Amino acid sequence: MTDRLPGFSTLAVHAGAQPDPTTGARVTPIYQTTSFVFNDADHAASLFGLQAFGNIYTRIGNPTTAVLEERIAALEGGTAALAVASGHAAQVVVLQQLLMPGDEFIAARKLYGGSINQFTHAFKSFGWNVAWADPDDIGSFERAVTPRTKAIFIESIANPAGSITDIEGIAEVARRAGVPLIVDNTLATPYLIRPIDHGADIVVHSLTKFLGGHGNSLGGIIVDGGTFDWSKDNKYPMLNEPRPEYHGIRIQETFGNFAFAIACRVLGLRDLGPAISPFNAFMILTGIETLPLRMQKHCENAKAVAEFLAGHSAVASVNYAGLASDKYNKLARKYAPKGAGAVFTFSLRGGYDAGVNLVSNLKLFSHLANVGDTRSLVIHPASTTHSQLDDAAKVKSGAAPDVVRLSIGIEDKEDLIADLEQALSA
Amino acid sequence: MNHDAYDDNYIRSILNGVKSIAMVGASPVNVRPSYFAFKYLAQRGYDMIPVNPGHVGKSLLGKPFVASLSDIGHPVDMIDIFRNSSHIMPVVDEALTLSPPPKVIWMQLGARDDAAAEKAEAAGLKVVMNRCPKIEYGRLSSEISWMGVNSRTLSSKRAPIPTQGMRLSLNRMSVGGGATTASDRAAKNKSEPT
Repeated sequence: MTDRLPGFSTLAVHAGAQPDPTTGARVTPIYQTTSFVFNDADHAASLFGLQAFGNIYTRIGNPTTAVLEERIAALEGGTAALAVASGHAAQVVVLQQLLMPGDEFIAARKLYGGSINQFTHAFKSFGWNVAWADPDDIGSFERAVTPRTKAIFIESIANPAGSITDIEGIAEVARRAGVPLIVDNTLATPYLIRPIDHGADIVVHSLTKFLGGHGNSLGGIIVDGGTFDWSKDNKYPMLNEPRPEYHGIRIQETFGNFAFAIACRVLGLRDLGPAISPFNAFMILTGIETLPLRMQKHCENAKAVAEFLAGHSAVASVNYAGLASDKYNKLARKYAPKGAGAVFTFSLRGGYDAGVNLVSNLKLFSHLANVGDTRSLVIHPASTTHSQLDDAAKVKSGAAPDVVRLSIGIEDKEDLIADLEQALSA
Repeated sequence: MNHDAYDDNYIRSILNGVKSIAMVGASPVNVRPSYFAFKYLAQRGYDMIPVNPGHVGKSLLGKPFVASLSDIGHPVDMIDIFRNSSHIMPVVDEALTLSPPPKVIWMQLGARDDAAAEKAEAAGLKVVMNRCPKIEYGRLSSEISWMGVNSRTLSSKRAPIPTQGMRLSLNRMSVGGGATTASDRAAKNKSEPT
């Protein structure tokens, strides 16, 4: 007999958590401690040697954080996960396992502006070279592959315009190149899109956005899909060669299909240090319990606001994949049938100045540099998140000077529309 | 029997059912995976027997090494084979000469021999390939969750604090996806020509 398998909303509430062994506390406690006592010297040695299940030090793992990790691994359909201090930290830790100085990775040109900066400037000083490709042209990924390519990086729903990426098409390029596909699934969350089901090998998130959902805590996470064969061609020495710091164990041989998550923890997080606070992990866990409900409301509101804007005389264009007329609507119906997310852009006939006026006239929308909050948010990417790009790169990444980005919250949609209406006519 | 993906209930019934495990290829070197899998299973209350002809005369955590399965001298429930895929068949052949034969042949993570599995199954044995019993026990009990591994199980019951020799409940609700579907796809991808 095969048991009935629990659904997504059940996992969002229960996965990874169970009543506390010591106290019976039903909600996951905040284990706000740096370290954990060992039973004896043998126990300590076993833990340090990765031989036993248990806790050592919160930089390497923490019981509150472990619940968050298992929950997201379950929601994404991965084998394991590692939570870190931010989405940016997740990207550093992932690529540290994959690239050596002089290696390359291919990234979609449409990304969060902060990722474009991190890849272009910070990673250059590590000797990790990024090659850019166009997510609307799968052939551009194929053409960018070289013998030093070690990974491909895309966003499922891409910043800033909420465009939808053909994950399966790019996964096929990655498979042929023998490299893992990394998908930043921040704007979709696993409720809308599960990239591993479409061929991704690794998923990363900024937990700060829709997963935490309340704009109160920073966090990032790496999910191991368990799908990639790290032993093939010895391309990934961090996973495949004996590790001197762990008595010569080979990570992929010892940990099987969750080896990548372990490498990120014991080679990446342990040595680079960007640990998440257990308190933040707790706040984000609490947010995830209502993820399905919030995402339904975010998407419903976003569609209503996008439709309103598309019909407004001051608006030149709206980029929202949930609109039937949108260029990405076909991909949205394939990859995100429950909704196209709640982050999108539009441009105003009045150009840059009209955008600046709109932002200053809004009363309910908050002008700030974040997305995925319960509150509705507005920003002018050209002067903020994408300001470090030159003008041509701004246009290519979807952040032209006349573009305004919205992150639609879970307020009453009539109030959001009324606020935009008064601000557009002010 | 689909050896690419096992139903949790199949693994559960094996780990709940066996009491004694002979580990072929057990190492006395305390940084080898076979050593710490042996130690973990002993801590979880299994009667462990180390089998390795190179270490006869020594013992592993108080259990004397034997040279071969036929030297054990009493019935064992499961053979856990910590050898490469190319060394599996002779071990299975020897296991099938035991009287009574073991109930389960388990091949470690990375090890798989379909012909040996078929032979053991034809003789009425259960077979698990390319899995680690420590990982599976840790997963089904959720003890593995401390390091963010997806146990693919849920429970609303308060867990006990594990102590030496304690068997843990493996009867948690199973969750789909995760390692199962991902491993299926990985196995499929691996077997396709590239």
